[in-house]
Amino acid sequence: MTAVEPKSSPPRGASDTAPLLELRNVYAAYGPFRAVFDVSLSIAPGSVVALLGSNGAGKTTIARIASGLLKPTRGQVFVDGVDVTGIRTFRLTRLGVTHAPEGRSVFASLTVEENLTLVFRQEAGRKGVQASLDRAFELFPRLGERRNQNAGSLSGGEQRMLSLARVMVHPPRLLIADELSLGLAPIVVDEVYRTLEKIRDSGTSLLIVEQHVHHALALADQVVVLTKGQVSFDGPADDLGDLAARLMPGVASDGQLVEPAAGVGILTPEPNGSADHPPT
Amino acid sequence: MNQQSPLLDANEITKRFSGITALDSVNLDVAEHEIVGLIGPNGAGKTTFFNCLLGMLRPDDGEVLFNGQDITKLPVYKRARLGFGRTFQRIELFSGLTVREHLLIAERVRRGDGRLWKDFLNLAKTRPEESAAAEATLELLELTDVADAPVESLSLGKGRLVELGRALMTEPKLLLLDEPSSGLDQVETRALTDVLRVVNRQRGTAILLVEHDVEMVQSVAQRLYVLDFGVLIASGLTDEVLADKAVRAAYIGDIAVSS
Ligand SMILES: Nc1ncnc2c1ncn2[C@@H]1O[C@H](COP(=O)(O)OP(=O)(O)OP(=O)(O)O)[C@@H](O)[C@H]1O
Ligand SMILES: [Mg+2]
Repeated sequence: MTAVEPKSSPPRGASDTAPLLELRNVYAAYGPFRAVFDVSLSIAPGSVVALLGSNGAGKTTIARIASGLLKPTRGQVFVDGVDVTGIRTFRLTRLGVTHAPEGRSVFASLTVEENLTLVFRQEAGRKGVQASLDRAFELFPRLGERRNQNAGSLSGGEQRMLSLARVMVHPPRLLIADELSLGLAPIVVDEVYRTLEKIRDSGTSLLIVEQHVHHALALADQVVVLTKGQVSFDGPADDLGDLAARLMPGVASDGQLVEPAAGVGILTPEPNGSADHPPT
Repeated sequence: MNQQSPLLDANEITKRFSGITALDSVNLDVAEHEIVGLIGPNGAGKTTFFNCLLGMLRPDDGEVLFNGQDITKLPVYKRARLGFGRTFQRIELFSGLTVREHLLIAERVRRGDGRLWKDFLNLAKTRPEESAAAEATLELLELTDVADAPVESLSLGKGRLVELGRALMTEPKLLLLDEPSSGLDQVETRALTDVLRVVNRQRGTAILLVEHDVEMVQSVAQRLYVLDFGVLIASGLTDEVLADKAVRAAYIGDIAVSS
């Protein structure tokens, strides 16, 4: 990783002992029939939290609340002990909390390299751009091969890689990773998780939402399980063991699903991320 | 393959995009009633290949035969009438309409009769044969108990089944599915897999499946083709292809594949 000062910094009035991120009794409705109720969770600096549960249990909603993309209808969000409930996403990004893949926009009409350069210039300054690009193309060689192609004509997986490269080269203090493996070839998923591990080692905290439970569990210190919009388990990853089958409908301790879960899901996935959305 | 000509026979398909050869002389066939997988790294050309089959893209070279007929230059809608069905990578359902309404509209689109635009939303006046087709599909996909639910109340997994149902209403001989399990959890993926098997068995629908969930492909596909940089690097029986060294190096990496 290049030696650049992180652009993000704790909010004023921040406390050293407070969790990096805390959700306190948050509620939110999503879609006509779904909601999360009274969810609390906290992420200590440097730790990795896996957020598990069947589709529709509310994982993505929580990830979006935590990253400021969605405002809770009740409850509070704290960063370093400071109440940041309802602040705009870009402010949360400045405090060091970023959502992947939605954290930064992709411009369909710009090339791969132009998209990356835009972000890297902000993160690393003009002089840091080249090193950042090298790092991005080392991480995703495919993007290097397609560097002069418009982002809009990339394949589904290539667009995903572009979204991820922008946050993984200059990781924030807390990366909220929502189903990073979607649409990626298995060999690339392995690379993404190896990189997350390196990012963690360099001090970034992670909140991981992932369908491939075993990937998330391999990295997690702490596990939070959502069932029908509520927290049904919150504890150290080691304790999950046999509790898994009971607490998480359909998921056994080896991360394999064994029985149908009663959850309901979200109708519209955004597999290709945020092509051409204006910056938030 | 027996002497009978395959249902789909794509020969030497080549497609270039400004300097990139996205597909390089690709040969692929699907027999009637067969389930075939098409896998490969991101950007290998899988979606491009589908688009060439469906007529969304015109190949620079090569020909597509369907039931022995050359359809290479046929427009998209005519191919659909011949028996191509597809689902889209992004789910495209209309909120406010129920599951049954989605299927009925698909049925009217298939027939393309004058009723369509006039009566598009007048679904109360349903003809008996329309209803019968919709009910049969609902039953096949085990969606009967949510038939009157608005689609936005469904789980992602059920939503995917509605999409599949809509494609089935056109009575396709061949279904092209591009990453159908994307975003589904493991339970939903298993349910989808079961449904694909049932559709294939009961209706004889052939399926060409693009997927990154290797386990899922392995559990349904009899044969596999592997694309890498637009070139077929392997094809054959599923388990043999998945054990192939070149395939593992290009696509799978070091994860275990059960045999
Ligand atoms: N209009 C275009 N102009 C230039 N290049 C294109 C265009 N469309 C696709 N490509 C390139 O062609 C290659 C094949 O793309 P395609 O979408 O077929 O890949 P894929 O195998 O479906 O990948 P994925 O698994 O990521 O969905 C990619 O490298 C893509 O960037
Ligand atoms: Mg594709």
